[in-house]
Amino acid sequence: MRYSGLRVIKEALTGHKGWTAAWREPDPQPAYDIIIIGGGGHGLATAHYLAKVFGQKRIAVLEKGWIGGGNVGRNTTIIRSNYLLDGNEPFYEFSLKLWEGLEQDLNYNAMVSQRGVMNLIHSDAQRDAATRRGNAMRLNGVDAELLDAAQVRREAPFLDFDNARFPIKGALAQRRGGTVRHDAVAWGYARSADNHGVDILQNCEVTGFRIENGKALGVETTRGYIAAGKIGCAVAGSSSHVMAKAGLRLPIESHVLQAFVSEGLKPVIPGVITFGAGHFYVSQSDKGGLVFGGDIDGYNSYAQRGNLPVVEDVCEGGMALMPMIGRARLLRMWGGIMDMSMDGSPIIDRTPIDGLYFNGGWCYGGFKATPASGYAFAHLLARDAPHETAIAYRFNRFETGHMIDEKGQGNQPNLH
Amino acid sequence: MIIDHPLLGPRDSAEFTYMGDASLLLRPAPDASDADWHAYAYLRDNPAGATRELWWHEGGDRSWLVVTRNTLTHEITDVEMARDVAKAVQA
Repeated sequence: MRYSGLRVIKEALTGHKGWTAAWREPDPQPAYDIIIIGGGGHGLATAHYLAKVFGQKRIAVLEKGWIGGGNVGRNTTIIRSNYLLDGNEPFYEFSLKLWEGLEQDLNYNAMVSQRGVMNLIHSDAQRDAATRRGNAMRLNGVDAELLDAAQVRREAPFLDFDNARFPIKGALAQRRGGTVRHDAVAWGYARSADNHGVDILQNCEVTGFRIENGKALGVETTRGYIAAGKIGCAVAGSSSHVMAKAGLRLPIESHVLQAFVSEGLKPVIPGVITFGAGHFYVSQSDKGGLVFGGDIDGYNSYAQRGNLPVVEDVCEGGMALMPMIGRARLLRMWGGIMDMSMDGSPIIDRTPIDGLYFNGGWCYGGFKATPASGYAFAHLLARDAPHETAIAYRFNRFETGHMIDEKGQGNQPNLH
Repeated sequence: MIIDHPLLGPRDSAEFTYMGDASLLLRPAPDASDADWHAYAYLRDNPAGATRELWWHEGGDRSWLVVTRNTLTHEITDVEMARDVAKAVQA
């Protein structure tokens, strides 16, 4: 069923009896050409692009729970492409371009809102770094704008500009950044993939791989054995856990990141604002809640919940940035599990096992990458060659010294 | 989380900094192969369940501890001085 304004009017006049399920609930086939493990944003996007762009058939997405129940439903919904390094910037810009055309591509309202992202500057050194980053973005053909304090004040007068310790001296803005309704991304990709013949198998957890003579033949699941020509794993957060079943160790630690939503407020925050003197970022959802977050907790965890010291730290960041946030009540908080990689950048690559492909290591920046990650992974699965924007995302970069370390922190994942 | 420091008793985990998997104590020999060093520096087991890891008491006595902790529940079942663990490994 194609969605349109006309359809909404027609259904409104006929009692909304004509709406059908957005995707089927098929039973597993004994074999597929391509199996994607993980029915999150990245896995569903991969299936969509495999079927629609790369013309592949007989594809299945295997999800241990329900689709969109992982990190695509647990993030703070921000999209942007303000990276510094050559290995990253073209990829994230490709992703932002896909976001800009996503709703037409999927025929689904994902509420893509390019309301702008502002990274605040609090010192001369930060202004130098922001200038360099902005120039790097513009060299890659991406929009970047350096704002002075007066310009920031015009757009966000509620910030604590004259804070004695962290005065706001300007910002690096990307106007094309913004937010997207995150659940709709999973649902839109799922619906489109299903329309193109992809089987989405929920409550189907992979419990093991069948590997013979260095080649992956299929997966053991809670719904039986399924054979596959190629297997792609896109389960960021649980990557080490799943790939260990194939005998692989990854350059990844799993960490918990917390996020927060306040009660609904009238429109107050124009876009996405990040605090430069601490780790705090905030935007306002269309329902009015302030959506914000900060640092990861810093220790390995698969628990999907964090601890109170980080809650305190995030709230301190919020109070230092915009003291009025102290009057808002916290409505919800939750934790998601991040694949923290050894250099803070992702991996989209073949594995040493023939027919087994890997997509993960997204740290806490995976949501914005969803479309490009799916596209690049589909490219790799369909053509056995990396997509031109994802060439740097290889496993062997840690062996050859070609790390993509935006923050320059080295191999300590909780610092990225 | 409360870490029961062998010398100082129960302390808030916020006083500590997480420093990675306890396997980092098993440093390869200087002339070990590139593959061994790559595995040591970059690859991790990262299990969902019990794991042994290094915590540094940065906001306390600055000792290093080996903490056995469950990554699914955050339950801590054992705390040792990293010094003792390292000596036992070398012995």
